Amino acid sequence: MPVTERGTLMIEAIGLTKRYGRTVAVDDLSFTVQPGRVTGFLGPNGAGKSTTMRMILGLDRPTAGRVLIDGKPYTELHRPLRTVGALLDAKWVHPNRSARSHLKWLAVSNGLPARRVDEVLEAVGLTQVAGKKAGGFSLGMSQRLGIAAALLGDPKVLLFDEPVNGLDPEGILWIRTFMQNLAAEGRTVLVSSHLLSEMALTASELVVIGKGKLISQSSTAEFIDRSTGNSVLVRSPQLFKLGPLLVDKGFTVRDGADGALSVSGATSDQIGDIAAANGVVLHELSPQRGSLEEAFMQLTGDAVEYHAEIGK
Amino acid sequence: MTLLAVERIKLFSTRSPYWCTALALVLGVGLTAIIAGTTEKGQMSIGLTQFGSSQLALAVVLVMSALAVTTEYRFNTIRATFLAVPSRTSALVAKTVVVAFIAAALGEIIAFGSWGLAKVMSPTSDLAINTGAEWRHVAGVGLLYGIGAVLAIAVGILVRQTAGAVAILLVWTMLLEGLIGIIPKVGIKIQAWLPFQNANHFLALGGGNTAEQPGAGIDFKLSQWGSLAYFAGIAVALLVVALVVAKRRDA
Repeated sequence: MPVTERGTLMIEAIGLTKRYGRTVAVDDLSFTVQPGRVTGFLGPNGAGKSTTMRMILGLDRPTAGRVLIDGKPYTELHRPLRTVGALLDAKWVHPNRSARSHLKWLAVSNGLPARRVDEVLEAVGLTQVAGKKAGGFSLGMSQRLGIAAALLGDPKVLLFDEPVNGLDPEGILWIRTFMQNLAAEGRTVLVSSHLLSEMALTASELVVIGKGKLISQSSTAEFIDRSTGNSVLVRSPQLFKLGPLLVDKGFTVRDGADGALSVSGATSDQIGDIAAANGVVLHELSPQRGSLEEAFMQLTGDAVEYHAEIGK
Repeated sequence: MTLLAVERIKLFSTRSPYWCTALALVLGVGLTAIIAGTTEKGQMSIGLTQFGSSQLALAVVLVMSALAVTTEYRFNTIRATFLAVPSRTSALVAKTVVVAFIAAALGEIIAFGSWGLAKVMSPTSDLAINTGAEWRHVAGVGLLYGIGAVLAIAVGILVRQTAGAVAILLVWTMLLEGLIGIIPKVGIKIQAWLPFQNANHFLALGGGNTAEQPGAGIDFKLSQWGSLAYFAGIAVALLVVALVVAKRRDA
């Protein structure tokens, strides 16, 4: 059954809350994950991403709120591996069990044909080592085995928790492409990460959390635009004249590097017009875009669980 | 049926059940061999053939059963299991059934293996199984193992880690229940209601040679089959508690 309609087979969290004693790991979190694109689940370490993912999959019991997949809690799905595939931790495999045996029991548990085992092994490139013990696998191979397990039931919803952690560049590229292909097939893909740069390359939609609270849900481009605080760098021999004019217009003007001005709240077009109208010579007029990391730090700065005390 | 197949695949795709089975066989039958080899000619009895199976090898089977769940927690495959089968009770009951069945079959193999070996080693002894008590003494070992496996799995689910579960099971069966008998006056009264003492009572041959049987001297209030039912009841009750706990807590 191909997914064509938007709004079907989505993940929907409603007021999701998880408390451990006095610690609030996830705090009234609501968001949706749509099919057909990769949604990044972004937050600093300890923000509650893994806890949220475990609640989505019915492993942890929410203190309050609920999370639905295709309108149902995970635990009410019949043969859940046919609907949802998840890779939470690549090491959730018995080290003495072969890759094929690991996939075989999973397949049998959800009434999947034995040929699916060989198909997914082929898809992730583990056919050669299928009979080898999973305990001897490298991290990259374990990750591939985890993805094979997630794909076993040909699910329409996929969850990956920090899938590129510790992988080499080749492995990262492989996983990134793989996830984008899955989304292009119309599947719902949720992938968590604490690395914004990685998410910028993988995800088209971002759910950002910090200290268990939702910070934003938007498209990746929107998130970057909104949060990087665009500014324009202006160099001119007549800054003494231009500066007060810009301040009068209500723009924020700060001293930039090398005697230049950094203007926020204005576009380069506006500044150029003002300069021309007042006969000011411009040597440089360049829009500055904050980095993704800056944006992330700016947004989650207040919401980081543990601040490093630098210099101590 | 599907879940039974799943648990069977899981169990037999790792090595520890094979090692535990081999160890239980060697220890259980081996002890009988030593006893048969050192007993004077013609003096071997049916009671003597089952010390290895009902005491020593039982401990190994309890450990094997507990391992079947604690390794799942150790390697987090229990989470993979609950993802594939969100009904935790069904998944854990299936595991219990598979392990208990294997334990029971192993119990019969060890019991009759020990008896057969004794017969070969001491052909002049009277080792014919004639009476109901004698049949129960030998064939009953399998029932003991099956029920013991249920109890061990319950402990494994509750404790979740191998070292803890194994320590609890071994101290409980090999030390605690015996040591309670040392308490003056009330000790043997308490013992009459302890699960493994009742298990031993079920196997007891009765008659003239009671003194050499485990659990001798305790005034049991239940019949021998009643003792077995009591042992089974405790194992099942503990399993129910374990299943409720597993269902409620975060995996």
